[in-house]
Amino acid sequence: MNSIHPFPSPTSTPTGTRASRGLGVVVFLGMVLLTLLGLFFTDEDVVQGSTVRLMYIHVPTAWVAYLAFIVTALTSAMYMWGKQHSLTFDRIAGASAEVGVIFMGLSLVTGSLWGRLTWGTYWQWDPRLTTTAFLFITYVGYLAVRDLGGSHQQRAKRSGVVALLAVLEIPLVHFSVVLWRSLHQKASVLRPNGNVTMDGLMLFTLLFGVGVFTLLFTWMVLHRQRVLALADAIDDGGLEAALQERRNENN
Amino acid sequence: MSSGDEAVRLRNAVVLLGSFPALAEASLVVERGEIVLISGANGAGKTTLLRLCAGLLPLARGEASVLGFNLATQRKEAQLHVGMLGHANGLYLDLTAQENLQFWGSIVGASSREMALSAQRMGLHSRLLNTPVAKMSAGQRRRTALAILVIRRASLWLLDEPHAGLDAAGRDEIDIILREAATAGATIIVASHELERAGALATRRIEVVGGAVVERGVQ
Amino acid sequence: MKRHSTSTWTVARTIASKDLRIEWRSKVLVNQVLPFAAIVMVLFAFALDNDGILQRVAPGLVWLAVLFTSLIIVQRTFAIESADNALDAIKVAGVPSAGVFIGKSVALVAQLLLFECVLVLLALVLYQVHLSWGGVVLLVTVSVLANIGLAAMGALYGGLGAAAKGRETLLPLLLLPAVAPVLIGATRATESAFGVGGASLGEGWPWVALLAVFGALFGFGGTLAFGVLTEE
Repeated sequence: MNSIHPFPSPTSTPTGTRASRGLGVVVFLGMVLLTLLGLFFTDEDVVQGSTVRLMYIHVPTAWVAYLAFIVTALTSAMYMWGKQHSLTFDRIAGASAEVGVIFMGLSLVTGSLWGRLTWGTYWQWDPRLTTTAFLFITYVGYLAVRDLGGSHQQRAKRSGVVALLAVLEIPLVHFSVVLWRSLHQKASVLRPNGNVTMDGLMLFTLLFGVGVFTLLFTWMVLHRQRVLALADAIDDGGLEAALQERRNENN
Repeated sequence: MSSGDEAVRLRNAVVLLGSFPALAEASLVVERGEIVLISGANGAGKTTLLRLCAGLLPLARGEASVLGFNLATQRKEAQLHVGMLGHANGLYLDLTAQENLQFWGSIVGASSREMALSAQRMGLHSRLLNTPVAKMSAGQRRRTALAILVIRRASLWLLDEPHAGLDAAGRDEIDIILREAATAGATIIVASHELERAGALATRRIEVVGGAVVERGVQ
Repeated sequence: MKRHSTSTWTVARTIASKDLRIEWRSKVLVNQVLPFAAIVMVLFAFALDNDGILQRVAPGLVWLAVLFTSLIIVQRTFAIESADNALDAIKVAGVPSAGVFIGKSVALVAQLLLFECVLVLLALVLYQVHLSWGGVVLLVTVSVLANIGLAAMGALYGGLGAAAKGRETLLPLLLLPAVAPVLIGATRATESAFGVGGASLGEGWPWVALLAVFGALFGFGGTLAFGVLTEE
């Protein structure tokens, strides 16, 4: 801890390793294949027509968004209760939340476009949709808390607590929205998935999309986490220089 | 906590304000019963040193213990025995001096006799005691804060410019109280620009320069 | 000669009574925040016109006004602490943070209750809603339980904002999404209490359970989390 960190230069310290670059190539090829599958190889749905193709993006983005927040919650817990209070867990939590917020935004956009085409409206007060919107705002708040400043450990402690509180908040929000809608709902729109019958290739494309996006998430978090580690290291490296400068005030 | 422990022991203590090292590897040992005067230019790190000892700022690097308690792990335990008077007085402006005293009396478990004695010591007579702090002069607020500090019965007193804003009588009163506290076994660390006055009290002087401690000798 | 750590409960009681005494003394809530709440209720009426709409949405408007007011009250309760840096004095004294949290929350519960009484009275007068005695019992229960949740979350995130100086604007972003279940539960229960749209009293009580769960969960969670969020 007291050793002097060499000042890391962002240009000379790549965030990629051989493994993560390989993963990047796999993700890229997977995305190309997913595009071909989604746009060309699969058939239109009997009821929804080509609208169903949105599902191949929407479902994977929504999946990744929720996965990201589970990862954030777990790594926050590992930071809080780990003996070492390792900042690596904190940085994975932060990276995962950043990626998660992006995908949550994408899933809200694709979801409402799909809703417009299917339900005739961009927004439905459907519990899943509403909870997703709340999750989005909650994690925007989480990222703001990470940005409050202070020491790295302080950032980790504060945001860890906020992430764990969110784990309590989100199910309660979902539960109360479900209760609310179940009392007041007027069944006038199509149920979200009620009218889609998937053939083998469509189902495969959907699952394939979920797989590829999960790999994409892994790749993004790996790199982002390393960027955050470098940023922290620069702070620590800057400390040596700042300490030296401070000592020179002596003379 | 064994009685042989030093009141304050810092080893290469680094404290960051943001990314600025307000304390840059400061080392200091203060024995129990000492009255230490800290001098130094503005921005040298005097206030940060006191706030570190009060457990208000985290240690970025190095070691710090107060009254035998390691600040990294036993901060709350240490704080029970530490009293601090900083730039702000820590008073509730809408309450009277008396109500502020009662609040702290209840928090630290002081008797009403103790509170009355302490108020009397600081020259807070009954009319002043029933004045809201918002309507008091700077000096009167300072006395109220000191009266609260006295009922804390701390073993380590940390004072940041305690004479600021006080009239001559108030300054004399502070000196008397500090001497008494020291006689009763308390350790006192005072940061002050007023070397004449505070220096007369001190048993030892140190200077903070560029976030580090420089000894300036025993009186 | 040395002091010992004061019990959490003594600290909580002392902090709560100190907060309430300050509000009683300063009259800021009564002179500034209460008129704000009242004008919000009037503005709702302007925005929504009437013809029966107001009567139907009155429960939601009351609780929206409570939420907005709670933001101000929470910020005020920590402004008292930071005005002369009393927060630091409390920290230096090694006061158990759970006690500070509970004390702050209890004072907030009491202050919110005052506002709810006034807002409901305003709804009775301005929006012409009706309230039976059974409704009053339901409403009081709902208010107390909703306030526990609101106050706990408010004290928690307000404390975080106060500790990170200059970032008090974070409070609405963190607080409002988190207390959405309170808005939903309290509004639905109040609809029953007001008898809006023919809702019966019996329909309101299940929501009381939701509010109770919320209050218990975050009252407990906040007690544990407050120290970490407010320390440097």
